[in-house]
Amino acid sequence: MEFTAPEIDWLLVSPLLAVFAAALVGILVEAFTPRALRRPVQAGIAGTGLLAALVLTVVVALELPSQGGGAAHGEVTVTGAVVVDGPAVFLWGLLALVAVGGLALFTERRVDAGLPVFAGQASVPPGADLGSGPGIGTGGAGETPGDGGAPASYDRWEHTEVYPLLTFAVAGMMLFAAAGDLLTMFVALEILSLPLYLLCGLGRRRRLLSQEAAMKYFLLGAFSSGFFVYGAALLYGYSGTLSLAGIAAAVGAGGGPTVLLLAGVALVMVALLFKVGAVPFHAWTPDVYQGAPTPVTAFMAAATKIAAFGAVLRFLYVAVGDARWDWAPLVWVVAILTMLGGVVLAVGQSDIKRLLAYSSIAHTGFLLTGVLGLQGADELGVDQVSSLQAVLFYLATYGVATVGIFAVTTLVRDAGGEASGVDRWSGLGRTSPLVAGAFAVFLLSLAGIPLTSGFVAKWSVFASAAGAGAWPVVAVAITSSIVAVYFYVRHIVTMFFADPPADPPAVVVPSPATSVTIGVALLATVALGVVPGPLLELAGDAGSFLR
Amino acid sequence: MNLSSQTLLLAAAEGHHEVPVVDPSAADGVFTLLGLVIGLPLLGAVVLLVGGRRTDRWGHLLGTATVAGSFVLAVLLFVALLGRGEGERQVTQHLWTWVDVGSYQVGMDLLYDPLSALFLLLITGVSTLIHVYSIGYMAHDERRRRFFGYLNLFVAAMLMLVLAADYLGVFLGWEGVGLASYLLIGFWQHKPSAAAAAKKAFVINRVGDIGMSLAIMLMFVTFGTTAFVGVSQAAGEAGEQTMTWIGLLLLLGACGKSAQVPLQAWLLDAMEGPTPVSALIHAATMVTAGVYLVTRSSFVFENAPVAQTAVVVVACVTLLWGAVIGCAKDDIKKVLAGSTMSQIGYMMLAAGLGPAGYAFAIFHLITHGFFKATMFLGAGSVMHGTNDDVDMRHYGALRTAMPVTFVTFAMGYLAIIGFPGFSGFWSKDKIIEAAIAENYVVGAAALVGAGVTAFYMTRLMLMTFFGEKRWEPDVHPHESPKVMTVPLVVLAALSVLGGVLLLGDWITDWLTPVVGPVEHHELAVPVIVVTLLVTAVVAVGVGVAVLLVGRREIPREAPTDVSFVTRAARADLYGDAINDGLVVAPGAALVRGLVVVDDRAVDGAVEGGSGGIAALASVLRRAQNGYVRTYALSVLLGAVIVVLAMVAVTW
Repeated sequence: MEFTAPEIDWLLVSPLLAVFAAALVGILVEAFTPRALRRPVQAGIAGTGLLAALVLTVVVALELPSQGGGAAHGEVTVTGAVVVDGPAVFLWGLLALVAVGGLALFTERRVDAGLPVFAGQASVPPGADLGSGPGIGTGGAGETPGDGGAPASYDRWEHTEVYPLLTFAVAGMMLFAAAGDLLTMFVALEILSLPLYLLCGLGRRRRLLSQEAAMKYFLLGAFSSGFFVYGAALLYGYSGTLSLAGIAAAVGAGGGPTVLLLAGVALVMVALLFKVGAVPFHAWTPDVYQGAPTPVTAFMAAATKIAAFGAVLRFLYVAVGDARWDWAPLVWVVAILTMLGGVVLAVGQSDIKRLLAYSSIAHTGFLLTGVLGLQGADELGVDQVSSLQAVLFYLATYGVATVGIFAVTTLVRDAGGEASGVDRWSGLGRTSPLVAGAFAVFLLSLAGIPLTSGFVAKWSVFASAAGAGAWPVVAVAITSSIVAVYFYVRHIVTMFFADPPADPPAVVVPSPATSVTIGVALLATVALGVVPGPLLELAGDAGSFLR
Repeated sequence: MNLSSQTLLLAAAEGHHEVPVVDPSAADGVFTLLGLVIGLPLLGAVVLLVGGRRTDRWGHLLGTATVAGSFVLAVLLFVALLGRGEGERQVTQHLWTWVDVGSYQVGMDLLYDPLSALFLLLITGVSTLIHVYSIGYMAHDERRRRFFGYLNLFVAAMLMLVLAADYLGVFLGWEGVGLASYLLIGFWQHKPSAAAAAKKAFVINRVGDIGMSLAIMLMFVTFGTTAFVGVSQAAGEAGEQTMTWIGLLLLLGACGKSAQVPLQAWLLDAMEGPTPVSALIHAATMVTAGVYLVTRSSFVFENAPVAQTAVVVVACVTLLWGAVIGCAKDDIKKVLAGSTMSQIGYMMLAAGLGPAGYAFAIFHLITHGFFKATMFLGAGSVMHGTNDDVDMRHYGALRTAMPVTFVTFAMGYLAIIGFPGFSGFWSKDKIIEAAIAENYVVGAAALVGAGVTAFYMTRLMLMTFFGEKRWEPDVHPHESPKVMTVPLVVLAALSVLGGVLLLGDWITDWLTPVVGPVEHHELAVPVIVVTLLVTAVVAVGVGVAVLLVGRREIPREAPTDVSFVTRAARADLYGDAINDGLVVAPGAALVRGLVVVDDRAVDGAVEGGSGGIAALASVLRRAQNGYVRTYALSVLLGAVIVVLAMVAVTW
């Protein structure tokens, strides 16, 4: 048997390589750099990698060749494993942007007395004191910072693996969104998931909750990965190939055991729907979102959804696009369940991070509604948005608003960390109008109120789905949106019209990085609501997927 | 000569009722300054209102200068338009694209044609004089700068209204006028009566505005455009019923702004504003908007005979209504307000007569602008000399104390009653003539109105300037300062000489490109007989007033044992009571009913719904128990169901 070395178009995959390189360099740095320098160096490397990826993505986007009469542009490379096409590049840029925002939040130290949000080491057990090193229970008094975790003592135990973990996750996500075959997709899924499991468990505050979240996420994630592999195997049985284009060809040709195809699609979708947090595979979301350190939640909630929807779209549209009428009912039902489940459960929430988790579940439902829309240029009327365009735009607005809103939640703090109880936020509009105002804008955007980006995003996915005849789903989506407005606006009302509690939480002034992140997210949220045209056009210019 | 004027001439030759379509050429040369006519007062308003106290010292001068600048521009433009051939007197200027939705586009376009040219001259000219006058009148008001800001806004909005080339643009000015009038009527907001009057004007105008906006929407639905060009070209092709509805809705809008029955009630209360405001509202802006709208929309009304009849009916009722109110009022400004209502009725009447009357409606509008401004500013001058007393029963014999005011007021008086040779004589005579030719009942109403006008205006003159002194003890009437009397003299001169516009049928020829040539109906009797008849009726009105008012002693307190008619007229012919009974009370009842429905049904549904969702949430939350095994089970079950469901489809 002859092995052919894959032909790789290095320029096309350069954004991926930049992020992978940053991650690998980060690991080396962790080993060889003096402790005191690690944090700035690590953050610098990760930032450089992500920004380089962003710039290279733009370069690649401008270089993409047109294919299929202009409907798509891009190139299949690495012997079909990576497909660099319009949507992939759009998602890469988006992921890099969101990751930069997440990175900014990772570096935050000012909000909590100079200490980072992360535990010194992943192995620090619950019950250890604030900022504890690993020595509790083992070392002597001199080794263990038992003084409440003053910055100096903490620094001795701080490991900065969070930065390489972040970049690894981003690299996995970028690969996930551009995978050309199911095997690459699976590898990417694991590359992105494993660092996230770890990151979830690194919360310095509320260690137990954090570790529990990591454990749950890991177990359930591993469980769902199994479904993916099984589904991939069934699809291989059906088509004799793992490449998405090959499966598409087999589906188009017809024949073959349909049961294998359908069961394979179902199982792969289970794994993907788990990643995006769709009902009934959503149960991990609130626990993990709540337990993970908030910067991780911000990054994970935004970036995972972007990457996973990239994979969902690619799998459904490219591999089994011709079997649309077989999978559409599944997406219909899951979308309806997800929207209803998300908003109904959110109504009863009193913890802000859990509330946002359920809200993210509802948004998954809205995104799935968009997935049901019309795809091909030939099916679309004048001025209609394609479903891909609508979903990409939605992902952009959702990602930006999510990073922003979680960033704001880190600013309101009690003695025990973030004041996550909804009632603790009451009256905040009077004492800290700026913070409350920013939070309110993000909430309004998530609720889809006009003049914010969320409105345009919702409108485009609903219009797209309605254009494809998915009226019942759109009706449920609109109903859910109305219910959703209730719990979003209720929070705004509490912030602005209720009296502050007797011992109001402190509102801290964050580091410039966090402030800029919030400011940019805020600006983008409003700007995309008022002038959505350019981004919508950009999402439209991405064209359709390349097979 | 372009195509449209050719077809126009053809149509005229065949005796059709065609009105010309709007077909302007692009602005060039001096016409490019068109936008500046609106821009100057708008800039003044912005500077004065945003600049705040910093502009207090020179604000009134700036406000006056901007309007005067607009007047100079208006004169320049007018001269330029005069220099053009008859077929080329429509100029449009595209400023920017305002609305661009699909196939519907609204440009911020201005249209300058003979009609807007006349309005421009009237508005800017009279407003300039009123601004000058206000410098003196408001000298002691510490909020004078703000007053001038509002005045500038008013003028800018009115100019927008008459210059817009699209109904949406007209609507912009329309609403701007409504806002500015609200601010100005309620300028002395510390007086509850002024605040209430402003609110009343605003609300009643809102009713009219609904008509206007519905008309615009109907035009959009029917023609797909709201531009004068598009609507005038397509007006003949739409069904008569549609045009009737558009016409009636436009009439409703016109009724609101022009204080026509049934939306007349705000005008009398609006006297609560400072007197220059009244002059501005009555002479140059606001109330003339309705007449402008009807005249400008001639292409609508010519295709909607029913709506045209409605205009005539409304106009006849209003002209008598206002005149009757004017007879019984003792408040000098309210008498003038009643007379405005009545005179606007004449204009609407003429406009409702179609091509036979459009030109005369505008002619009367202009002469009325002159003499009504004269009299309002004269009344303001009188009040200025009598410590802001408005009760004519406290005046008397002011002609010696205020000679300039008296003489100028007298010029306005002679003009409004239609004394031969004065401007009002020419314009009103033409309207009555056209009315008689159209329909004897309408003609009779117009004739009676002329007599009643003569009566109450004579009454006003006698009570104010003649007879015995009935002054309040501490009042020492004196002539007003030059800054107030000079505008009076100018306006009085215009009131006397305004009739020259009719020389050689100039004004009708001038307006022909807009409203078509005047259509002459044959009268049963020679024209001179009608003129003599009108003059005789006016003389009778004057005579009756002299007998009833001039020859008797005027009690300082209004007598209470008066006839039913007088009581009714004093109560504005129960306009407020009618509004209360027909609209306010049922409206309040409806709202109370809606509140009940809202409380019971809507709130019940919403609260029930939210309660249901909360209950559902608490049930669903039990599944969210925090155990990984439960979560994994739900994933597994979900997967099984998904696979089975997918596969089951094929079996």
